[in-house]
Amino acid sequence: MEALSHYLSLAVETIFIQNILLAYFLGMCSFLAISKKVETSIGLGLAVIFVNGITVPANWMIKNYLLQKGALVWTGIAGMEQVDLSFLTFIVFIATIAAMVQLVEMTLDRVSPTLYQSLGIFLPLIAVNCAILGSSLFMVERDYDLMEAAVFGTSAGIGFFLAIVTLATMRYKLKYSNIPKGLRGLGIAMLLTGLISMAYMSFSGINL
Amino acid sequence: MTMVKAKTFDTFLGPLSRSNPITTQVLGICSALAVTVKMDTALVMTGALVFVLVGSNTIVAALRDLIPSRVRIIVMLTIIATLVIVIDELLKAYVYDISKQLSIFVGLIITNCIVLGRAEAFALKNSVPASALDGLGNALGYGLILVLVAAARELFGSGTLLGFQIIPDFLYAENGGWYVNNGLMILAPGAFIILGLLIWLQRTINGYTEE
Repeated sequence: MEALSHYLSLAVETIFIQNILLAYFLGMCSFLAISKKVETSIGLGLAVIFVNGITVPANWMIKNYLLQKGALVWTGIAGMEQVDLSFLTFIVFIATIAAMVQLVEMTLDRVSPTLYQSLGIFLPLIAVNCAILGSSLFMVERDYDLMEAAVFGTSAGIGFFLAIVTLATMRYKLKYSNIPKGLRGLGIAMLLTGLISMAYMSFSGINL
Repeated sequence: MTMVKAKTFDTFLGPLSRSNPITTQVLGICSALAVTVKMDTALVMTGALVFVLVGSNTIVAALRDLIPSRVRIIVMLTIIATLVIVIDELLKAYVYDISKQLSIFVGLIITNCIVLGRAEAFALKNSVPASALDGLGNALGYGLILVLVAAARELFGSGTLLGFQIIPDFLYAENGGWYVNNGLMILAPGAFIILGLLIWLQRTINGYTEE
């Protein structure tokens, strides 16, 4: 029970209080580019939840069994406890993410063509979404264990999903409003994001 | 000759205002917001981006006839990631405190759309000097916005610029004055709103509208 509430509070904190997009600004590029339509935002949001939930634990394993200082001891080769490959973190993580996205794409195509169709072009785009790489780097910085990494990855994705769908619905409503010329498009989207972010800040009073 | 010169000039100056990577091309917004609570982190970030963008544009342009187009994305990502590792280790060695504050955002230069975007859109089709110049122009255009947002947030949020007190002490409410720092500026919403207003200003000046 203790453990369950620990993971639950980690999830609530990641989704609402430390929302990956509204508090850490990760994934802004695709957030602004895609949020013009509600359907596509839902597609991208689902793809991010899915890929993030897989890549963060995968990168956790790579960090703990390959890159960290002394991580290679399990190979049994003498002198391995001195080897520290952590300077390779960035390049290995981005390669893992690209490979994972490819793998997920192929599996989905095979197992569930309908889901594959609906995620469509968003899967490849995700490889260069900073929310995905950012979550993996946060996982390293905050020293999560494997289960925490999985919970964190999935809930960061859910946070992204909520934020992008909220903005998309707001932009849909804005379509016929009379916005000052220079503010149209990107400008008003930024101001709206500021307001959503302010609304999410009120969650910080939650104490779990 | 004058034609060539004018074009070179444009490659460099265009990104500083008219085709600014952040406000017009909408690239690289994530890091633009995250590192702008204080001016010093914004300046260090700009330096890191100048290094990575000029480096990656130069290398990609030099290799442009050798990179097979089917695997170009992964080749470019490898080049960029290598440069980012170099700058990250350098920052950790020389300005450790600021590198701690930038935390994961140096690593996120890899997925900063400006770098990959310029490599794809410019360096793959142009000569080495032109690409280097394009990289420099775009990195500085990015830096310009970063520094403006950071200056506004630091001035209104903490009353300082680069750590120096700008708003005089006697104006503050605790010393009998009337002024209070705007705490919202240091928080995330402040960044969104300042950048939104800056985009509005810049687009009004340039007469650019988006439909």
